[in-house]
Amino acid sequence: MPNIVVLVKQVPDTYSERRLSDADHTLDRESADAVLDEINERAVEEALLLKEAHGGEVTVLSVGPDRATEAIRKALSMGADKAVHVSDPALHGSCLLQTTRVLAAAIGRVDGVDLVVAGNEATDGRGGAVPAMLAEALGYPQLTHARKVTLDGDTVTVVRETDTGLTHLRATLPAVVSVGEKINEPRYPSFKGIMAAKKKPVETLTVADLGIDAAEVGLASASTTVLEATPKPPRAAGQRVEDGGDGGQKIAEYLIGQKLV
Amino acid sequence: MSEVLVLVDEIDGEAKKVTFELLTAARELGEPSAVVVAAPGTAARLKDSLAAYGAAKVYVAESDDVPNYLVTPKVDVLAALVGAAAPAAVLVPATAEGKEIAGRLAVRTDSGLLVEAVGVATEDGAVVGTQSIFGGAFTVKAKATRGTPIVTVRPGGVDAVEAAGAAVEETVEVPAADAARATAVTGREPVVGGDRPELTEASIVVSGGRGVGSAEKFEVVEKLADVLGAAVGASRAAVDSGYYPAQFQVGQTGKTVSPQLYVALGISGAIQHRAGMQTSKTIVAVNKDAEAPIFEIADFGVVGDLFAVAPQLTDEVAKRKG
Repeated sequence: MPNIVVLVKQVPDTYSERRLSDADHTLDRESADAVLDEINERAVEEALLLKEAHGGEVTVLSVGPDRATEAIRKALSMGADKAVHVSDPALHGSCLLQTTRVLAAAIGRVDGVDLVVAGNEATDGRGGAVPAMLAEALGYPQLTHARKVTLDGDTVTVVRETDTGLTHLRATLPAVVSVGEKINEPRYPSFKGIMAAKKKPVETLTVADLGIDAAEVGLASASTTVLEATPKPPRAAGQRVEDGGDGGQKIAEYLIGQKLV
Repeated sequence: MSEVLVLVDEIDGEAKKVTFELLTAARELGEPSAVVVAAPGTAARLKDSLAAYGAAKVYVAESDDVPNYLVTPKVDVLAALVGAAAPAAVLVPATAEGKEIAGRLAVRTDSGLLVEAVGVATEDGAVVGTQSIFGGAFTVKAKATRGTPIVTVRPGGVDAVEAAGAAVEETVEVPAADAARATAVTGREPVVGGDRPELTEASIVVSGGRGVGSAEKFEVVEKLADVLGAAVGASRAAVDSGYYPAQFQVGQTGKTVSPQLYVALGISGAIQHRAGMQTSKTIVAVNKDAEAPIFEIADFGVVGDLFAVAPQLTDEVAKRKG
């Protein structure tokens, strides 16, 4: 029976405008609507499907500000069993490396983890690397960008889908899996699920609880630093014409003028 | 001048365009050393093209293990080279695999990771990566504060420029895979891409949106793309409606493209879509709604029926190309 940890993250809604804060160039999390990253819902769904097929337990793990509780509640109301929320002001401005180490330490606290499931790419940072980095930090094999996940005893097989095509992967548990857009259709939480989620345990931890010195995380000790951030001047509108039956010709003339054809 | 490692992206012994872009970028920082981690016999086929884009050195790490394991053989080789060559930086393509390689390398070498750079430079002795974030709404300059800067460079972010290099070969061992921690590759089904260029590598992209109306009618987008030698893209609305496959989606939750020319057909231009294409050099839009937000960022816009305008444009371009 697999013990599954699923990572969730609260991100700014991609349909609203996102900004960087003026003070320290970190994401201005107040200025945008936050939602549970779509891909995280698929990760939760896949963890629940594996649990339904093989038994075991699903633990939600989130590292982020207090607002992340909404994402955690959503995952619990979908059917996850319990949650670990690492929330600490010291984490503000953490780099990918620090985030990876915090996630790895938190996973280390969950007993007998067999599988870590994550979305393949958060829509905000777009690093696309955290699941692989986590596998490196944990010393687990990575089976990333999955469109199909199969468990058989202590063997996990995955069909990986990227721009280059499909790759069939196999590894031994414990392992890190990241799921892609096509993996499944996440369920909607039922009323019963929403009510049940309120009683599910959520453990809130600080970085000190994970045995990490607060000075090792956050903006001041990050492995990368932003030197400057400049909002791009909005693109100005160019020419616009009504199609009078020669719209295609007009575009062709424009492209020829710009030496684009 | 210090070395700059460039991980070579190739298919069947042919370098992808992004490899030349990375070699060009590496020359801003030092002397490019191309790193080939592949099946035996690959580097010999790549050597001439790597030399043509300025590779001073080519590290040849070839083993039958490379295609049989996911990601880690490349990380192992790069980590060994970071230790042995003390490079000024490591440049890796910002592809799905490249991002994972770079991420693991950063963890293993405890180094700062700069993601999706569209340019690199040396400023005050430090490697500085320029990133275009939130779909081009902000330009950010960042540097690593420890270790060896590991930089993923977005395909199309830097223009490839030829420069002669010596491409002196040096053989590097591929460490044996640790079976417990490695992921075995048991099969591959490469994308049969047809004749169109890859979306993120194309110099011209023609995209269709909800206005195209159906999967069948996407032909009008494809015909224009083919006459322009362009890749085909689609908005999220078009993908969600089932008009075109998801791997061609351009936007915040799809691909980010910055081609020389982007042609938007029947796309309204929601923030979601603009985030994936507004760094394109030139944008042309056709939409029957004069109020469509795409016109706010288009260099040339035509208010009209795409089914009248696009075929006429296709014919005009075909005539010109003879």
